Amino acid sequence: MALLEIRNVTKQFGNFIAVDNVSIEIRAGEFFTLLGPSGCGKTTLLRMIAGFDAPDGGQILLDGEDIVAFPPEKRPFHTVFQSYALFPHMTVADNIGFPLKMSGKAREEIKTRVAETLEEVELSQFADRYPHELSGGQKQRVAFARGLINQPRLLLLDEPLGALDEKLRENMQRELINLQAEAGVTFIYVTHAQNEALALSHRIAVMNQGRIEQIDEPSRIYNFPVNRFVADFIGKINMLNAWVTEVSPVHLKLKVEGLGEVAVPAKDRIKVNDHGVFAVRPEQVRIVPLTTAIHTEFQLNGKIKDFLYIGDVTTYIIELSNSTQIEALLPNSVPGHTKPFEVGDTVAVSWQEQSAQFFPD
Amino acid sequence: MQTSSRLVKWLISGPPLLFLLIFFVTPSLIMIFTSFRLPGEFGGLAPVKLLPGEVAGDSGLTIETYQFFFSDFIYIEIFLKSFAVATITTLICIAMAYPLALLIARSRKKFRNLMIMLVVLPFASNFLVRIYAWMIILGPESGLSHFINGILVFFGIAPVTLLFSPFAVLIGMVYVHLPFMILPLYTNLEKHDPILLDAAQDLGANSWQRFWYVTWPQSLPGIFSGSALVFIPALGMFAIPDILGGTGDIMIGNLIKDQFLGTRDWPFGSTLSIMLTLAVLGIAGLFSWFAKPAIRMT
Ligand SMILES: Nc1ncnc2c1ncn2[C@@H]1O[C@H](COP(=O)(O)OP(=O)(O)OP(=O)(O)O)[C@@H](O)[C@H]1O
Ligand SMILES: [Mg+2]
Repeated sequence: MALLEIRNVTKQFGNFIAVDNVSIEIRAGEFFTLLGPSGCGKTTLLRMIAGFDAPDGGQILLDGEDIVAFPPEKRPFHTVFQSYALFPHMTVADNIGFPLKMSGKAREEIKTRVAETLEEVELSQFADRYPHELSGGQKQRVAFARGLINQPRLLLLDEPLGALDEKLRENMQRELINLQAEAGVTFIYVTHAQNEALALSHRIAVMNQGRIEQIDEPSRIYNFPVNRFVADFIGKINMLNAWVTEVSPVHLKLKVEGLGEVAVPAKDRIKVNDHGVFAVRPEQVRIVPLTTAIHTEFQLNGKIKDFLYIGDVTTYIIELSNSTQIEALLPNSVPGHTKPFEVGDTVAVSWQEQSAQFFPD
Repeated sequence: MQTSSRLVKWLISGPPLLFLLIFFVTPSLIMIFTSFRLPGEFGGLAPVKLLPGEVAGDSGLTIETYQFFFSDFIYIEIFLKSFAVATITTLICIAMAYPLALLIARSRKKFRNLMIMLVVLPFASNFLVRIYAWMIILGPESGLSHFINGILVFFGIAPVTLLFSPFAVLIGMVYVHLPFMILPLYTNLEKHDPILLDAAQDLGANSWQRFWYVTWPQSLPGIFSGSALVFIPALGMFAIPDILGGTGDIMIGNLIKDQFLGTRDWPFGSTLSIMLTLAVLGIAGLFSWFAKPAIRMT
């Protein structure tokens, strides 16, 4: 049985549907992420799980028992807020000890457990400081420690790394993974940063306009997005307008607008003449000088229009014959070679059939 | 840069400093000086030499008024009683202002200004007029008196007079000073981040615990400043005991006023004022000592 089951939950603000018939099952010990663009209803869903808002419809079950009627203080869940929400009038130690105090633990027990937790998050020397005397990263660790100390069944995290700079964010991501593994607490993590979601999660639910688009493991979300929104939202992807010319059990034949015919793996519920996009990720695109081109079945000719060198990789922007553009990502892994192509080079663009997809409109 | 900014600083703070120097420090020095003199026969101060060859008046300075203050316990008693009245007034103001300030701070933004305006509205009419109004409200022929005495008589208890009693003084004191508690408390409570209450609730705090561990400790600076604004004027108040109190309800303020306007004993009046100032300073010192932890967090 799932630890937490969200069943057909809906939330409306006036006429606006913020969360639309959402169903999710979260397993014990999981690092589960709600990912979606700003305003898609992630925080609203999280607040309903925490108990701050009541759903207009649906159920939220913990171990199979409906907890919708329970106020937040009666739910064994703790939240890490984006703004940390540390108590400004309490020391670090008192902040971390607060959940234990509220659950009526003895003073001695609180003291020893706070000391242990401070040790774990390497904040022992800050025990008597006040929150305003801490750096952003330190505040963040206090917030995690406070959320975890009373061993909640679920830790809810609403964009907890949003306020940190990039370098710190990377370090905190690693710490978070370790913290979760050590504490053995189930995490529901909210973010609109797809790279963060991919790096941290066991499973991701991609949300859009109050609905769940796809729930899956990071690699499956990335490699097998179920629709155009997910494909576009997670990572980068080239999309060219196309329509279906032939359907077979193994593949679809597409006609790309202004270009030639291509094939992609077969897909359910697709008919001839369906319009949509042909999609392929930049790192799946191969480019070779036109002169040395080995003729494969699917190959488009173009010219290097621009490139973006970012150290480890270079993104080439190639203008195709119908003047649409396609991006190709090449690792800069050849020693001594700065870049294999120059602006203006005519090249052939190719990919493996398995790496391309068709998304109907 | 350094010198010009220092110059600007002095130019800005100069005029108020000068004002305080002339209109606060000078009178205070005169008071201190006066307290070490003897009263003149018809008010003012006695001349330095009363009669040729008289020893006491040689320098014109004496500590007689201070000896007099400590010689009769009645003065210290009035001091203590005044402190008690001011303290009780402050405590009642805290108890009454807190729920109201909280209500205003937590209501919708567009209602807040309206409610604050209602709190300060009484200032629009004269202070004495409002105290005289209480004289009528508490008077023997008032509806309130009839109502209370009606109930008392019904239960076989002797009727009471509300006016000219310590009770009337307290009502007047609380009534006049309440806004001075509400305003700083509201200013403080309004600044509290509501997410902290969510966080506390999320971490297992029930409504009482949320108040006691989150709202209350954060509001202490507001309570301290409100208390100072209520306690100090309440301590020196003379109009309310004069108008609403009985003969036994006089406070230090009345005593001091009497020395200058009634008995015409300026040196003793000055002595009483100085003792009061010292007492207030002592209390303020103690207060800020205790308030230190609350101030550190902000
Ligand atoms: N109390 C409210 N009253 C009215 N509308 C609300 C309320 N709370 C949220 N909404 C609306 O519901 C939608 C979803 O909001 P929510 O805060 O859940 O988005 P989010 O996915 O967390 O976005 P972000 O990534 O920006 O935090 C938004 O369009 C928002 O304007
Ligand atoms: Mg949000």
